[in-house]
Amino acid sequence: MRRFIRIVTTVSVLFLSVSCTKNSGQTPSQIAAALTEIRIGQFGSMTGGEATFGQSTDKGIRLAIDAKNASGGIKGKKIVLITEDNQGKPDEASAVVKKLITQDNVLAVLGEVASTRSLAAAPIAQKNKIPMISPSSTNPKVTKVGDYIFRVCFIDPFQGSVMARFANDNLKVKKVAILKDLKSDYSLGLAEFFSAKFKELGGEIVSEQNFQTGDSDFKGQLTRIRSSNPDALFIPAYYTEVGLIARQARQLGIKAVLLGGDGWDSPKLFEIGETAINGAYFSNHYATESNNLATQNFIKNFKAKYNHTPDGLAAAGYDAAMILINAIETAPELTPEAIRNQIAATKNYDGATGKITINGERNADKDAFIVKVDGKGLKFITLLGP
Amino acid sequence: MEEFVQHLLNGLNLGAVYALIALGYTMVYGVLQLINFAHSEVYMVGAFAGFYGANFLRLTDKPGWGAFALTLLMSVVVCSVLGLCIERFAYRPLRNAPKLNALITAIGVSLFLQFAGQVVFGATPQFFPQVLEDRTLFQAGAIQIQLFDVTILSVALIAMAGLHYLIQYTRTGMAIRAVSFSFRSATLMGINVNGVIAVTFIIGSSLAGIAAVLVALKYPKIDPLMGMLYGMKAFVAAVLGGIGNFRGAVLGGIIMGLSEEMVVAYLSSSLRDALAFGLLIFILLVRPSGLLGQMKVEKV
Repeated sequence: MRRFIRIVTTVSVLFLSVSCTKNSGQTPSQIAAALTEIRIGQFGSMTGGEATFGQSTDKGIRLAIDAKNASGGIKGKKIVLITEDNQGKPDEASAVVKKLITQDNVLAVLGEVASTRSLAAAPIAQKNKIPMISPSSTNPKVTKVGDYIFRVCFIDPFQGSVMARFANDNLKVKKVAILKDLKSDYSLGLAEFFSAKFKELGGEIVSEQNFQTGDSDFKGQLTRIRSSNPDALFIPAYYTEVGLIARQARQLGIKAVLLGGDGWDSPKLFEIGETAINGAYFSNHYATESNNLATQNFIKNFKAKYNHTPDGLAAAGYDAAMILINAIETAPELTPEAIRNQIAATKNYDGATGKITINGERNADKDAFIVKVDGKGLKFITLLGP
Repeated sequence: MEEFVQHLLNGLNLGAVYALIALGYTMVYGVLQLINFAHSEVYMVGAFAGFYGANFLRLTDKPGWGAFALTLLMSVVVCSVLGLCIERFAYRPLRNAPKLNALITAIGVSLFLQFAGQVVFGATPQFFPQVLEDRTLFQAGAIQIQLFDVTILSVALIAMAGLHYLIQYTRTGMAIRAVSFSFRSATLMGINVNGVIAVTFIIGSSLAGIAAVLVALKYPKIDPLMGMLYGMKAFVAAVLGGIGNFRGAVLGGIIMGLSEEMVVAYLSSSLRDALAFGLLIFILLVRPSGLLGQMKVEKV
């Protein structure tokens, strides 16, 4: 037995020294450039509380990459997508991105939907100088991490002010209550920007309550909200909690219109929220009714591959992958730096979620779609610009 | 006033949930002086047993008391078997080891089940099938009382009374008390100690199964980590009321629920969890045996 242990130890020490020397002198990005295939990393919540976010985004990304590979790849090289699940946990997100960059030697990283997890991973991508594109993290802090971090969606100051304008101009509500998630950067940011804009427009925030990711009882907060008698209730949160909140709000007899953001976009919203969620409005990255040709093509191809209608996050995932593919294709050489420069130069790209131009702050300038929950589906209401 | 009554009712309902889970902690502690941290995971497995069972038998097609009873039964059976296995394979080998070893094992079992649950059930939250329709039983102005809330509170109270009867007035109860009093003497007196402990685990785990189905009906989102927060708070409730004491568990649960609700209602909703654990520290400092901890009468 002792001999056996000794052998195992020797072998593992040998392995360790080999794996250490192999990388000496070369940065991860140099190794990535020398590979015969193009490796792209993806990290997302394939499981966990926001699992449909990761799964939808993954479907969108795969659609883009499979189509490119079917037509011969990029400059004869095949694109290989390496997907890592972070289970919806921020610490897991930074761990898997570290793995993607240092062990899998990816050229670029795609992900995440939730801002908290993008914020956990972005510093690692930045430090290793590997470009990262978030399909749908809307918190402004994400791209401020550094010049290698991009996103292909709008940001919360815009999303929040759009919802405030919609509440004020279209719904003509004057008193709004807010119920936000203390543990989520997305929720806090969106609540703040909504509240600022709505007050500026002359509206009143009558009550502001908090909860924490994972809570299932919201009756205390909702009873307090009920007593402030709001016309609308703004819930900047993710779909699982939103469904439960909507049910409990209706149980308590709250009749206010429910408003939300792109974190609501999931088929699970209807399952958990049932009829309670009916008639609610939220801002999203796209609407299936959009008459944009690129959007309709995307929906057609997506349905052909997966047999169901894509949600907004799938569309955003597709666009992130397409912009990355275009950047790799047009880059003069296969280095993370050259790819980064091409992503930054993206102008008027006609994507599934509309025209995308990457601005100086590495965010996308885009319009927001306001959709209404109608039975088990979403109905397009209006398109709001900056 | 109407506001206050509504908060009171919300708090009572939340408290009943804590009380129901706390009873399971107290049951096992009373006999083994072991804080069975795996209890909250037995509760989680119970919810999934109900979920898969009800979906497999398509019980949502004809919701009602029959479907509800069947779901409850499946959950209780699975929980009992799981509780027995945990006792047999994790705690029994440590019966003669220092108490600390068993405690650490309990935490280990709890973590094992949490992460095994994520592999087996998936980390994605599931929607618990509505085998029984919730309805409003009573309404006065804005105040209302729901069927599930009344059910949870009554089940907690019935379980409390039932356990008291079982421990004090039955032969099994006498054996449980004897084992609790002195493990060795009980063996010498010819009591089947392993059998008694197994029975304790079956009862404790069944309670977790009942709680799981009731709570999952009320808050229909279940996931492998669902036991963690509720389990922690129920544990605090059990300590607050005096661990090992059934009436204390229910009282502790209701105090927890009410104080959490009142913090949300009249202070800030962000202080909710801080209060629960602040309460634990305070009680341990001021009255380490808990509110009803001294009452030997009911202590098993």
